[in-house]
Amino acid sequence: MENLGALAILLAFCLSVYAIFGSVIGAWKKRPFLVVSARRAVYGMWAMLTLASGLLVYGLMTADMRLSYVASHVNHAMPTLYKFAAWWGGQEGSLLLWSWLLATYAVIVLVSTRGRFREMMPWVITTLMVTQCFFLILNAFVEPPFKVLAVGKGIVAVEDGRGLNPLLQYWAMAIHPPMLYLGYVGFAVPFAFALGSLITRQPGEAWIHETRRWTLVTWLFQSTGILLGAGWAYAVLGWGGYWGWDPVENASLLPWITATAFLHSVMMQEKKGMMKIWNMVLIAATFFLCIFGTFLTRSGIVSSVHAFGVSAIGKYFVTFIALGLAATIWLILDRLDYLKSEAHLESVVSRESAFLFNNLILLASCFAVLWGTLFPVVTEAVMGEKISVGAPFFNRVNVPIGLFLLFLTGVGPLIAWRRSSVESLKKAFLWPSAGGLLTIALLAALGVHHVYALISFGLCVFVTWTVAQEFWKGAAAISARTKQNMVAAMIELTHRNTRRYGGYLVHMGVVIMFIGFTGAAFNKDTTVEVGIGQSFQLAGYDLKVREIRDGDNPNYAWQHAVVDVTVKGQHVATLEPEKRVYKASRQPTSEVAIRRRLNEDLYLNFASMSQDSPDKAVMQAYVFPLVSWIWIGFWVLFFGTLVCLVPPKTKLAYARTQVVGVVTKHATVEK
Amino acid sequence: MKTYAKFAFLVVAIIGALLWLAVGGISESKTYYKTIDELASMGSSGYGKRVRVTGDVVPGSIKRAGKEVHFTICEKGKDSKLNVVYMGTEPLPDTFRDEAQAMADGKLDPSGVFHASSIAAKCPSKYEAAPTGKPVQQPLNGAPNRAS
Repeated sequence: MENLGALAILLAFCLSVYAIFGSVIGAWKKRPFLVVSARRAVYGMWAMLTLASGLLVYGLMTADMRLSYVASHVNHAMPTLYKFAAWWGGQEGSLLLWSWLLATYAVIVLVSTRGRFREMMPWVITTLMVTQCFFLILNAFVEPPFKVLAVGKGIVAVEDGRGLNPLLQYWAMAIHPPMLYLGYVGFAVPFAFALGSLITRQPGEAWIHETRRWTLVTWLFQSTGILLGAGWAYAVLGWGGYWGWDPVENASLLPWITATAFLHSVMMQEKKGMMKIWNMVLIAATFFLCIFGTFLTRSGIVSSVHAFGVSAIGKYFVTFIALGLAATIWLILDRLDYLKSEAHLESVVSRESAFLFNNLILLASCFAVLWGTLFPVVTEAVMGEKISVGAPFFNRVNVPIGLFLLFLTGVGPLIAWRRSSVESLKKAFLWPSAGGLLTIALLAALGVHHVYALISFGLCVFVTWTVAQEFWKGAAAISARTKQNMVAAMIELTHRNTRRYGGYLVHMGVVIMFIGFTGAAFNKDTTVEVGIGQSFQLAGYDLKVREIRDGDNPNYAWQHAVVDVTVKGQHVATLEPEKRVYKASRQPTSEVAIRRRLNEDLYLNFASMSQDSPDKAVMQAYVFPLVSWIWIGFWVLFFGTLVCLVPPKTKLAYARTQVVGVVTKHATVEK
Repeated sequence: MKTYAKFAFLVVAIIGALLWLAVGGISESKTYYKTIDELASMGSSGYGKRVRVTGDVVPGSIKRAGKEVHFTICEKGKDSKLNVVYMGTEPLPDTFRDEAQAMADGKLDPSGVFHASSIAAKCPSKYEAAPTGKPVQQPLNGAPNRAS
């Protein structure tokens, strides 16, 4: 079985190489048959990779302890879900998942574009297959997943494996890596389309429309992946945070930032033919940051709490990124004339300008995060001394950036294209601004003196108001004409222009998430040693340890505290934080208990038994205000993105006519 | 062209403000990576600087006293040891235990005790490591054995 799996990977590798040469030569020498055979090679490669992945998963599910990968990531007592999740629990498996997902994406691209983009497709295939080929080299030669355990010349099986890292045995963690990978891998497709259009100098923006949808779906996966990771960190790691600016977290954030910038600036290209070079750069940056993110997670170059093994794949990634970047930069520079802008900026107070600043600030954030992540590497190379920067650096730069973005979220969509008059600004922003300022004044009067928190809440009200105003105005117009009630009118409105109103919903999701982030300014915590029957207090909660139980099951041994929570004498909850020791890996983990409420979470961690007095427990209690809004905001963002993907009821002609004057003027100058 | 000048001004202003924030953030949170020996050889110049030291937790040295956690780390194959006190509010990571590789961020005080504000730890046997107490394993199909 392991031989079949290894063979399948090798064949997939050969097919990917064939697909590259088939498409390049086919497109170059105009041999359609070669191109068709290259397409079929892609299907074949997908089948091979599916077979290999299937075999690995089968090995994991049946706990085939002859396989080295299975023995180090699965044990018999593990629940089935986590046996399956062990596919991406380790280096070799997750690289195979990467390959399989890319192959799957490639097949979907081929099927969905059948008969279209005839000129460009061979180059799209080439780009995808070069990436695929790179990962297949890793799968086949560097990190083979089908290694077997052996003594001398005989294959042996161990009795039981080490099991999946206990910290990863959590539902969100089982789906977090594939979600993130769906994001990472998916960005290869827009990149492939971008390169294809660049190489063949595609006229028009058809490829942009094609890839926007891809980018949106991929972006959604990436957002989901990041949020699941944050939710996992919050509920499993026991330190109560959802984001710690760890290199691996940063790695997932970087392409998300550039993709967000692209999703905004692509509107400039669609509607006004501007920022074409910039969009190319953003697509390429997103793709390479995805590869870079995989590299960072997988090579151990920067020390991280994600204790992945240090491995030799780093140099392969560096080579791939360097060559890819060089080729992309050369292509863009060589085809600058094709990327010429069709319009100019006319005013600082305009939609274009809002987009520009949105992009500038997102890129600044991206650069700051990248710089902070690589700071140890850079200082070691330049000064010979490793210096790292911590969360204060990231927060100091990114909090103001976040607030400015929040501000633009409110301003951007309402401001007019080209230029805005004072009158129209007043009409659009008078009430939202008043609402925001009033909120700040009110909260300050109530005793909130955290400056960033005040600004953030003020901006949240401001943006919510602008969005509500948009929905209200649009719906009122429809309702006046069709006599529908307002709710029906709002649904109708959204359906007519899903991109715009879906976008507003995404913005609302972001606003709600910001409310949750801002809550962190008011966190409270305490660490105490308490005996059974004793109690302690935190932020109005009275916590009493009723008893401590322990027990045992095949996978782990556990000990948990039963804590009664009372508020003003009223019993509100019983929390049971737990300590586990997994048997296969002999690793202890904490299972925190959380009482989730909209206003605040009560978060209880059973750290250990006290060493000095063995009948006392060390308990850590936290109060996290507003955290739940982060998850709620995410669901709004998720729903909003889905709305964006629904085809609009009325096909809108792009408002290109607006700038015809400028284009012709521009064109005559060129002549 | 006046529009573009305005843009340039705004862009420079924003970037400038962010740079100022970044420089402040770096100087506030920069942490030097040192080994135990390097830290010892720094002498008094090492006091008060934010440092990250890595070492293996000496078995049996972890002691909890109220909110403080005391332990000793050493470097593999060397005699040098460092006493660490952790007083942070975050719970210690689950992977932190005897013989674990611990990464302590904090400052050295003149009495030679290292005050850590955060601790990260990796399992003594790496996440990717092979099952212990099992027969010596050698992959059959020629791939280098990374598992040990």
